[in-house]
Amino acid sequence: MNVLNFVNAFFSDSAHWHGYDGIPTRLWEHIQYSLLALVIAAAIGLPVGLVTGHTGRGGNTLAFIATAARALPSFGLLVLLFVLIGLGMLPVMIPLVVLAVPPILVTTYEAVRSVDPSPVDAARGMGMPESRVLFQVELPEALPLILGGLRSAAIQIVSTATIAAYVSFGGLGRYIVDGLYQRDYEKVVGGAMLTALLALATLAVFWAVSRVAVSRGVRRSA
Amino acid sequence: MDSVTKRYPDGTVAVDGLSLEIPDRTITVLVGPSGCGKTTTLRMINRMVEPSEGTILVDGVDVQKQPVNTLRRSMGYVIQNAGLFQHRTIADNIATVPRLLGWSKQKARARAEELMERVGLDASLAKRYPYQLSGGQQQRVGVARALAADPPVLLMDEPFSAVDPVVRKGLQEELLRIQGELGKTIIFVTHDIDEAIRLGTKVAVMRAGGRLAQFAEPAELLSAPADAFVEDFLGADRGIRRLSFFPSEGLELLTGPVVAVGATAEQTAAREASGAPYLLVTDGGGKPLGWSEPGSLPGAAAEELLPYGRPFVAGQDSLRVALDCAVLSPTGWAVAVDGTGRVVGVVSQETIGEAIRGAHAAGRKADVAGRKTDTEGRKADVAG
Repeated sequence: MNVLNFVNAFFSDSAHWHGYDGIPTRLWEHIQYSLLALVIAAAIGLPVGLVTGHTGRGGNTLAFIATAARALPSFGLLVLLFVLIGLGMLPVMIPLVVLAVPPILVTTYEAVRSVDPSPVDAARGMGMPESRVLFQVELPEALPLILGGLRSAAIQIVSTATIAAYVSFGGLGRYIVDGLYQRDYEKVVGGAMLTALLALATLAVFWAVSRVAVSRGVRRSA
Repeated sequence: MDSVTKRYPDGTVAVDGLSLEIPDRTITVLVGPSGCGKTTTLRMINRMVEPSEGTILVDGVDVQKQPVNTLRRSMGYVIQNAGLFQHRTIADNIATVPRLLGWSKQKARARAEELMERVGLDASLAKRYPYQLSGGQQQRVGVARALAADPPVLLMDEPFSAVDPVVRKGLQEELLRIQGELGKTIIFVTHDIDEAIRLGTKVAVMRAGGRLAQFAEPAELLSAPADAFVEDFLGADRGIRRLSFFPSEGLELLTGPVVAVGATAEQTAAREASGAPYLLVTDGGGKPLGWSEPGSLPGAAAEELLPYGRPFVAGQDSLRVALDCAVLSPTGWAVAVDGTGRVVGVVSQETIGEAIRGAHAAGRKADVAGRKTDTEGRKADVAG
């Protein structure tokens, strides 16, 4: 009973590399769910975080909503929504988005708030319109922190997206759910392993993005 | 600026009924203790703060009547920590306002390079980022950025207070040089009265509650503070500081007690007879070496000479520097040199003291005369 034996057995079984239940298919499904959830969460969290951070208003409301959202158990929410809405992508996406919005929203808000006030003051004093102050001064200077928020949201999504399998969807959770049901622990460990590796790959992607997107002048100070 | 008041919603009055006429093409310094409303006053000029009452006119145009961003782009703005954009290179930082005004990239870039040279920054820094520069260099970039679109007015809010004293002095000299070259109208806020006196053509001293205590030229401020507050704010040594405004030009210099290092005994004896208690020994090139005790031969080794402190440049340095040199010198005599460092004479503390008394007397006469022309000027204004 060695975890490594399980891992070895799982990955060396050629049946796990082909077909609709093969690793490439499941991995790709998992990436799709995660990306979709991340995009939706960012579409909500980023604009709200940027605007509230820029104006400095609504911080308390934000913190309240974020805390409340964090308290919701993803799995419970999934089951509840499944019962209410029925089978579909929506009951899967909602818990993932609810999970990812708080870290994005709160870090974006905090990141913009914590930008050094003097360049912002200088920008305004030089006659920069507010939109440019936000996008050309605050956003670039806050970018390392904002990416950090997106990164932790992405990692949470990747690990939580396994729950999609409970409501008959694919993804890496399939191995875990099926493995538990079939008492096939090779499968369970393999699925968990793949999920962890995907989370690490996500980290690498964010590292690469920040190398490209964040100005050299800010990277040093962040 | 006409009876401008800023009152905050909570009832705090930051600036109270302030009226100021800021002369064109000079440096006007707003100075006062913290919380006196000097920064608020400055920020009302480019509408970073909106006045509650009163009007501010720039070249006769009410600032309230202009679109706020157009107004701000027409005024350079320099703040305490420079406020550079960390994510942009030095050249891009300087090019900010030209780019806002729609200049082409090349034109803005060329302008940035020109300005870097003007503020004394090496061209190799253009592609660096702010964090790679020292505080003093960053502040130079701040000044260059403010000058980028060649605005007639420059607003500076405690720009040099975050750098160390040596760098600050360099930046102050640089600002005076730039002002001399470009003739900008500069409004400069500081809490440092020495800085105010060094830089200001006119100085507005403000007191807590946002009221103007005195608005005058630095020399007048030092000689005739309007009230106890201004006097107190100027500090204890305002008499000494005032000497900065008296030139050392008229000082009577003695050449008698100056002797070259290889002088003969007769020459030395003749020099000793000139009445000074010490002889200043110079090297062959006329540069000072040190003071020699009476009686001891000036041919003696350099280490037996008394140190001469530091010399002042005759005619160029002020009486304050001359007096300082005399006080520093263990003999009580100051050494005067020309621009190349050659000794032109020596002068005692007593002689400098006389010169100070003379300058005071002349100053009083000039004051009276000045006031008379002032009143006449005002009468002419009324008549006109």
